Amino acid sequence: MLIKLSGGKVIDPAHNVDGVTRDIYIRDGRIVDAPEPGAKIDREYNLRGKLVMAGAIDLHTHIGGGKVNIARAMLPEDHRPDLCAATELERSGCGHVAPSTFTTGYRYAEMGYTAGFEPAMMPVNARQAHMEMGDTPIIDKGAYAMLGSDDLLLTLMKDGADQRVINDYVAWTITHSQAMGLKVVNPGGISAFKFNQRKLDLDEQAPFYGVTPRQILKTLAQALYDLGVPHPLHVHGCNLGVPGNVQTTLDSFAALDGLPAHFTHIQFHSYGTEGDRKFSSGAAHIAEMVNTHKNISVDVGQILFGQTVTASGDNMSQHRNAAFADPSKSVIMDIECDAGCGVVPFKYRDTNFVNALQWCIGLETFLLIDDPWRVYLTTDHPNGAPFTSYPHLIRLLMDRSFRNEQLARINGEAAGLSNLGSLEREYTLYEIAIMTRAGPARTLGLRDRGHLGVGAAADITVYTEDADREKMFAKPDYVFKDGTLVAREGKIVEVVWGNTHVVKPDYDASIETIIEPHFTRFRTQRMGNFKISNDEMCECGHGSKLHVHDCTHGRKQ
Amino acid sequence: MSHHPSSTRHDVPCGFCGLLCDDLSVTTDHGRVRIDAGACPRATTGFDAANRALDAGATPRIKGQAASLEQAIAAAADILRGARAPLFGGNGTELPGMRGVMDLADATGGTVDHMNSYSLFRNFHVLQNSGWVVTSLSEVRNRADLLVCFGTDIASRLPRFYERCLWVDDTLFGLRAEDREVVMLGAPKDASLATSPAGRKAELLACANEDLAEVAQALRALVAGRPVTGDAVAGIATADLARLAERLKAAKYGVVAWVTSDLDFDHAELAVQSACDLVRELNAHTRCNGLPLGGTDGDYTAHQVCTWQTGFTVRTRLSAAGPQHDPRAFDTDAVLADGAADALIWVSSFDPGKTPPPAKIPTVVIGHAAMQVECDVFIPVGVPGIDTAGHLFRTDSSVAVPMRQLRDIGLPSVADVTASILAALGPARPSATRQEARAC
Repeated sequence: MLIKLSGGKVIDPAHNVDGVTRDIYIRDGRIVDAPEPGAKIDREYNLRGKLVMAGAIDLHTHIGGGKVNIARAMLPEDHRPDLCAATELERSGCGHVAPSTFTTGYRYAEMGYTAGFEPAMMPVNARQAHMEMGDTPIIDKGAYAMLGSDDLLLTLMKDGADQRVINDYVAWTITHSQAMGLKVVNPGGISAFKFNQRKLDLDEQAPFYGVTPRQILKTLAQALYDLGVPHPLHVHGCNLGVPGNVQTTLDSFAALDGLPAHFTHIQFHSYGTEGDRKFSSGAAHIAEMVNTHKNISVDVGQILFGQTVTASGDNMSQHRNAAFADPSKSVIMDIECDAGCGVVPFKYRDTNFVNALQWCIGLETFLLIDDPWRVYLTTDHPNGAPFTSYPHLIRLLMDRSFRNEQLARINGEAAGLSNLGSLEREYTLYEIAIMTRAGPARTLGLRDRGHLGVGAAADITVYTEDADREKMFAKPDYVFKDGTLVAREGKIVEVVWGNTHVVKPDYDASIETIIEPHFTRFRTQRMGNFKISNDEMCECGHGSKLHVHDCTHGRKQ
Repeated sequence: MSHHPSSTRHDVPCGFCGLLCDDLSVTTDHGRVRIDAGACPRATTGFDAANRALDAGATPRIKGQAASLEQAIAAAADILRGARAPLFGGNGTELPGMRGVMDLADATGGTVDHMNSYSLFRNFHVLQNSGWVVTSLSEVRNRADLLVCFGTDIASRLPRFYERCLWVDDTLFGLRAEDREVVMLGAPKDASLATSPAGRKAELLACANEDLAEVAQALRALVAGRPVTGDAVAGIATADLARLAERLKAAKYGVVAWVTSDLDFDHAELAVQSACDLVRELNAHTRCNGLPLGGTDGDYTAHQVCTWQTGFTVRTRLSAAGPQHDPRAFDTDAVLADGAADALIWVSSFDPGKTPPPAKIPTVVIGHAAMQVECDVFIPVGVPGIDTAGHLFRTDSSVAVPMRQLRDIGLPSVADVTASILAALGPARPSATRQEARAC
């Protein structure tokens, strides 16, 4: 089947294409060269006057795994106003802050997103994450395994294990939890919380193990670099949400000694202590550091006002945040000598000084970082806001007068402390395409996604340009997933099952002589039953294809 | 009927309680299964029943008469096609089976419940009211220095709990079996089950389980330094409670464990709530965690799947307007008593004793092959973890265990049967009315 998309204005930053009118041909789910003259076109879409981009990629969205399902189970009151009926094509479900798996897939696709990556997959809970993502239709999925407070890594570091041993353990974990990358969450802090410590600074020794978050960061960043995993260490740093943490974050950047790393939901880590209320924006310092350090990328974790739920592996921080839960309930868990989790519902209010300033800090971060290839558009769904608010966020970035209208409505003291009103920058469509498509694909190593070159997967979104960018990005005209038209004008027209992306870095199999005794002696699951096979992945994913990406990035051992 | 030849497998997971121990050695010989290592009373009962299933040689039945699987599937599909409000009860199955039940319920606008809901909701009400601070089995194994059993001896329900999670000398931080203390609150069935390997008995502070909420609230007050008047609370000396409060405050990693099926009285969620409030109070200064235990007949698995697919746990009706959740109205017994269902599909593949409640509506049982039951359509299926592979969620909800197929005695899985029924139903989904009702 040959499909022709005729005459659209193409925005494809991976090929430096900005608004060039041209045709795109699709065959067997891939973008192909123009066929010989006279070739039979099976289906043609007239896209004259419309904008064509690759499908969008969310590189940090909590869509699968234990903490997400706890959030769902905790919040029936949030689901009830947003129930989704079954249709001929769609399964029933619920939306808003913790949508059901089916609804998650439909709503991402309706917005022109064709991939989402779960960023905090506990290895021991990886099966559940994959099961949930397996019940998430249309979009491609992947996940980052979480290490850094697990007792085996900390034991190895305490015992002074060689970096090569750590690398083998990291590679083994990524491989057998079927992950696309590695995340560290409050390095050492989740473990410290189990020892009744409530805060762990970058250079503070973790209880029992004596290693510091700085050492953990450096060791794991080095491991991914050595292993050639495309996406560098995905870092949720120390002291999330604590005023003054901007210094911790700047110190964490420096701790990497030039190794590549991605700092996630940076907004929550950019707080100063200036002003009467000892809470201020550190966005300018963060942006300056990102602008001058090419080894660092960030996503923002923008907050938007309204009800949401925060779900994190960082149970130390979430235990602290539970005091602010709205509605007043929270789940805090220690989990399997592996990690933990915390789920806290939250309502961000524009009248609240702290929330209003958080909103400003996120937007300042977006606007002050020069290079859109190294800042990605996220709300840390659902922690800052549900992913369905992305079109609103895009409008805030692209439309200064709209942004300033909103700024005028928030807590005046916060607005007065922020320099947001003076920032004139408006993101261009080209820059939005970078931060939602080409950039995430590049950092993740998805070579055939996020662009519209020949050979790319035909994940394509078509928009009608509209000065109201929120309206424009909410309901694209057409969304193609691997060449199939799946959504039209914001409605699902066909349901397919996307792919699952993983990496399988090489490791020395003798690492199991260390890992297996750890399971047998200390854990309540055998190592063999921990490993997730490729067959299991397919069984869990409605026949989703498993795409294994090369680990040839950076320096390979 | 084909059999695997005689073989012994190791690190086999067992699905007959919420611990999902995965260290069993099992020999399969001409379809008979035998536990060589890692047995416990519940596993033995489950494996014995699986051997009875082999002996029973059950075939599908339609109104008591033997039928082919195809005929039984067609008869089940006929019943579902004629139903306007089918009820999917029991749901003793693993992940693929539960997914299959959800597929069917979605296609027919059915109501989904689980046979253990009466017990599960004692926890869910608390989860939705306040949440909780809880831990998981490996953390208990390595860290717990004080275990408070809240109205339960644990091991009557989860037989290997102490062996696997408490009486362990080889731990990450040097904690040894005899360093750990167990206090039982309430009315455990058999307090001696928590006696340590060296013979140290658990301390028992006895009261009626119905009074546990009051006792936990008193403990919480004592922990917080608020006065508790009177010499006793629910028959337990206040001085004993004060001592326990001090021990909980001094513990490095206290654990308060309960099993909701042992808290079997009206509004037992208030007892669970009080235990969770006590735990939260303790976490102001030290670490203490709740440990909700339970998990039989795939109940945690049903909860997880129903929750991620619809947003709501079981007792949910997949109605035209979207999922409707009501813990009271969609209780199996209430639905049947109200005459609110016109067909019952009962799934129960672990335990032949878990038969459907009496119902005057057409009933399909997708059941354990050794089950004795009278119903319109009976379709025998394999036992999870013996006849069929698939996943089950452990009692601490974080770990999904891959169950294995140990033999093939010709029995289909629940997922095979639900998929066949769905296919037999045909494409006639009530889509037109649903599209009109589309809410999002």
